[in-house]
Amino acid sequence: MSFDLKVRRYDPESGESAYWQDIQVELGPERSVLDAILKFKADTDNSLGIRCSCQAAICGSCGVRINGQSRLACNTQLGVASEEGRSKDGTIVVEPMGNMPVLKDLIVDMDAVHWKKIQRVVPWLLPEGEPPEREYVVPAESMIDITQSMACIQCGACVSACLSMEVDPEFVGPAALAKAYRFVGDPRDSQTEERLRDLAEDPHGIYDCTHCFACIEVCPKDVAPMSQIMRLRRRASGDYGIKDSNNGYGHEKAFVDIVRKYGTLHESQLLPRSYADGSLVKSQVRPDSLKQLAEGLPTVINGLRSGKVSPVKAIWHKKLPDQDQVRRIYHEVESRGERIELNLYIVGDEAEGDEWGPDAGAEAPAMGDAAEVATGPEAGTEQGAAVQ
Amino acid sequence: MKVAYWPGCVSRGFTPELHGSMAAVAPRLDLELIELDRANCCGAGVIAEHNQELVDTLNARTFAMAQQTGVQMMNICSTCQGAQSECQQRLDADPDYRAMINSHLEPEGLTYERGGREWTNKNLLWLLVEDIGLDALQEKVVRPLEGLRVAPFYGCYIVRPTGRLGYDEFPERDFYLDQVIEALGATTVDYAGSHKCCGFPVITMARATSLRQAGRHLADAIDAGGDCLVTPCPLCHLNLDLQQPEAEKYVERGLGIPVLHLPQLLGLALGLEPGELGMDKHVVRTREVQRKVAELVAA
Repeated sequence: MSFDLKVRRYDPESGESAYWQDIQVELGPERSVLDAILKFKADTDNSLGIRCSCQAAICGSCGVRINGQSRLACNTQLGVASEEGRSKDGTIVVEPMGNMPVLKDLIVDMDAVHWKKIQRVVPWLLPEGEPPEREYVVPAESMIDITQSMACIQCGACVSACLSMEVDPEFVGPAALAKAYRFVGDPRDSQTEERLRDLAEDPHGIYDCTHCFACIEVCPKDVAPMSQIMRLRRRASGDYGIKDSNNGYGHEKAFVDIVRKYGTLHESQLLPRSYADGSLVKSQVRPDSLKQLAEGLPTVINGLRSGKVSPVKAIWHKKLPDQDQVRRIYHEVESRGERIELNLYIVGDEAEGDEWGPDAGAEAPAMGDAAEVATGPEAGTEQGAAVQ
Repeated sequence: MKVAYWPGCVSRGFTPELHGSMAAVAPRLDLELIELDRANCCGAGVIAEHNQELVDTLNARTFAMAQQTGVQMMNICSTCQGAQSECQQRLDADPDYRAMINSHLEPEGLTYERGGREWTNKNLLWLLVEDIGLDALQEKVVRPLEGLRVAPFYGCYIVRPTGRLGYDEFPERDFYLDQVIEALGATTVDYAGSHKCCGFPVITMARATSLRQAGRHLADAIDAGGDCLVTPCPLCHLNLDLQQPEAEKYVERGLGIPVLHLPQLLGLALGLEPGELGMDKHVVRTREVQRKVAELVAA
């Protein structure tokens, strides 16, 4: 079969600007985009630059953007890529990854962005005390919680797709934060709180993630970096009560408490309470909160002037008719004393591939093996143990 | 068609024009709305960040109430869609987990039954294309919005991650807004930001990141010749409309492009007047859009 590819070319040493090159390759639809590029290099023009090694989605070298989506060239089939594009003529568009400077053609500077950010999170274990004579021994189940973040192959697809980094190049970013969780969740590490505090206080840390799911969508290994960032937030605010200066703690506390009280969101309380660790009273007196409220004043005025917000609605919010039921649910869950998480990466999703029939759930793993408990700081090595 | 209707918090809070325009346009779409007025907040990703069991229970409660009506559920907020789909995926994946969550609902006499494909929760956008149909929608148009250039803004929660948002069955879901715009007779504006993030989730935590995102997409839509944006997400609307004057400061240029809610755009094409659709309740004035629509009627 013949496939048309449109490849972004750029050679900084040539002094010429970037351009598109149309190439045509004869290959089967099951072959990869990387196969097509390597064939073109071998047969036609060896000057086209691409980084690759294993060609089996293990080494993470061949990250590119195909039809706008960041992914590995080696595990993207030509047939699939050709059909999914909205160009309608089947052309496959191949560009270098985003958010990183281009060195040549499809090769980006991973050192300048990706690896620098990985270094930022201190990506090695910091144990305490005398090292044991042999290896550190941990219960196998305590590592389950971090297997997902350990699956990362450092391809940089998530960095390329990150929409926060697109507007804030200083954002620590999805790959590095997923890596940070790998150590935060590791029972052998002794700097859990310090790591969390560092990443919560950094204005470009865990609270700079805009929750857009782009990293989850593109990751070829289902690491779900955004989910790891949410785990870091949960640990920082829930387990360690870290009241960061970015309002991360305050925003979460304010939101959760407002729904506990009213059942639905009372937006005009969310802003001030977010600025003051979740407290409405403190928001009216603390200087840093008042400063931020003042910054938001033009928006408040615009809201009132447009009629979106009425003064009455800003102050008064109706509780749900059955709000006591919502409160009861909060109480039941919170009085459990441990958090239950069902991580589908670990337990699998029964819906996948089944026919949604009545017996579809029959072979699904039972919750006993499935749910993990993320516990508080005191629990130490109990982290990640299964609920029984 | 009858639906169990979840309006979400924001449509009854800071974007009352969304709630109002949905109510106004529903009869024109032959939609009967059974409003879930006892249901609770979806958590918008924040309660999920705090405690998964809590958010799964809260949304199972909403689903159970919707299932009691005996019809499909519909929402009008991309964020509700995404947050609820995330919970539904976990609830549907594991019978024991579902039973544990249901035990919290028992005292209220509620149970969530595994939805699968039998019982669905769809955003208005999905329902329009999949259940009402683009042809049927086109037939209802009494005022084709010819000449109006509309930039679609989907909202992250309704486009990613595709794995849990039904894209296997409906691969075109990230293209529906474009299709609806065309079905209403308007012209879709192709620009960089249509599927990107509005920045709303971090407005209180990373203000510069948030408003640079909003500002950049608005600027792109303007540069691509858009008369307005349309979005199925009220949170996107807040960052793109309510915060637009602030966003100008972060992208260092003037903006001033109106941001319509999906039911407002539908309403204009289905013959409703801008006043009935709450189009005066916008921070960025919708006058130009109204003028263009008025010209269509005159022509």
